Amino acid sequence: MSEEPSPGPVVDAAFFRRWLVAAAAVIDREADQLTELDSPIGDADHGANMRRGFTAARGAIEKEPPETPGDVLAQTGRHLISTVGGASGPLYGTLLRKAGKALGDSAQVTPEQLRDALKAGVDGVAQLGGAAPGDKTMLDALVPAVEALSFALDKGAGLIDALAAARIAAQEGALATVPLQARKGRASYLGERSIGHQDPGATSSALLLGVLADTAEQSAAGGTG
Amino acid sequence: MKMLINVPETVVADALRGMAVAHPELTVDVEHRVIVRRDAPVPGKVGLVSGGGSGHEPLHGGFVGQGMLDAACPGEVFTSPVPDQMVRAAAAVDSGAGVLFIVKNYTGDVLNFDMAAELAEDEGIQVAKVLVNDDVAVTDSLYTAGRRGTGGTLFVEKIAGAAAEEGAPLEQVQSIARQVNQSSRSFGVALSAVSTPAKGSPTFDLPAGELELGIGIHGEPGRERRPMMTAGEIAEVTVDAVLEDLRPQRPVLALVNGMGATPLLELYGFAAEAHRVLAQRNVAVARTLVGNYVTSLDMAGASVTLCQVDEELLRLWDAPVATAGLRWGA
Repeated sequence: MSEEPSPGPVVDAAFFRRWLVAAAAVIDREADQLTELDSPIGDADHGANMRRGFTAARGAIEKEPPETPGDVLAQTGRHLISTVGGASGPLYGTLLRKAGKALGDSAQVTPEQLRDALKAGVDGVAQLGGAAPGDKTMLDALVPAVEALSFALDKGAGLIDALAAARIAAQEGALATVPLQARKGRASYLGERSIGHQDPGATSSALLLGVLADTAEQSAAGGTG
Repeated sequence: MKMLINVPETVVADALRGMAVAHPELTVDVEHRVIVRRDAPVPGKVGLVSGGGSGHEPLHGGFVGQGMLDAACPGEVFTSPVPDQMVRAAAAVDSGAGVLFIVKNYTGDVLNFDMAAELAEDEGIQVAKVLVNDDVAVTDSLYTAGRRGTGGTLFVEKIAGAAAEEGAPLEQVQSIARQVNQSSRSFGVALSAVSTPAKGSPTFDLPAGELELGIGIHGEPGRERRPMMTAGEIAEVTVDAVLEDLRPQRPVLALVNGMGATPLLELYGFAAEAHRVLAQRNVAVARTLVGNYVTSLDMAGASVTLCQVDEELLRLWDAPVATAGLRWGA
């Protein structure tokens, strides 16, 4: 949070397409790690499922690039629902579909619009899955990230700094799932034995938010802003 | 861990290609991952559609055929299928009499089937759902995703399938399916952990000399661990866990189910012990089914499912069935 906020990156359809390409690459790179986290408290497939979904979504979006930011997110969400399966497919699909819908037809997105869209997406996840923060789910990364983003924007930060704060909050949120006992999803069957493991869904959520922060930084650095 | 596969990414598609060559009486759509009765839609008949993660074979694809399911949607290993598969299956089996989705109670299956039901209804297909949640090992339903669907699924699919085959309307098929679920309870044990193709090694640690009580069918560890016991002792723990919750007043159907890697020789011995315990507890057993039906890949272990039946449910259980995994009277 520096002096005068720079004009910031242009958050348009191309921005979200760059985010998706980078997200697919990060998920691909981290897939084995996500599956490893999913072994003791899940069923050892989170990385493989996310990789399949994001690879498919990236392919489809690159083939027929949607023209608005909202459409990029909503269509990515639909592809995830059609390819991921498990609980992650509907949950991540809903996150992006609701966020995309909230962006409407705007060709460019303001930081406040992005915040509101993320909030709409996260609310959609909470409603669909019936989970709350503290249940050891992806919400434990997403909710603090949206709060950090809001807080930073309210304090006058630019988008790059606000997303950097969101990234840190998401990473901390994911780490903070370690001592929690799972109350939703397959890990909940373990009861107290789910304590001591980091939640794979919170971890992948933190990765995706991290890529969003990276995309903003690189978009500005690349002079597109 | 050595596995008889090509690469992990194609295990489901490879198995579907195998089903297609072995079962010409089924329409196996390998690309879209739907297994359908060849004569679907059967005129005037309610269509039964189920599905879930792969790795539990013969559930569900092996139960497609006369007297049981009209279609099944296999997901990736231990991963719920996606709504597109379910909508495609519903469209393929709907004769106009409506479709019943049989859903095991796991977060992923519930979310995907819910989305599919909405989409199918948008296409003008009448959809009803039944949730199977028979696993008594999950004691705390408030702070978990609730009881899991396991062996009771076979009873629901068989008995509701028989009712549909006789021409019962959707509402009645759904009500019978619910009754069977409410009358069924299961409890399982694991003697070894399961290895998924994607991971290639055991997904949890089960030391030699120990067994896991209250196991799920996805390698999710169960209620507690104990030093290894005899088949007779395991039967006592297992049957008592089921009876404590079911408290049957009428005869039961008994499914003594292998988890995948336990030989039938051991399963039959375990079935004898389960019967001994049931007799000691004064529970009459109307029918017994022994075999690998609701499995968990290469996990060793077994589960017992009991379903309390009246004469009508027993009649429907005995009705003809002709599927890859279950076949009699047809």
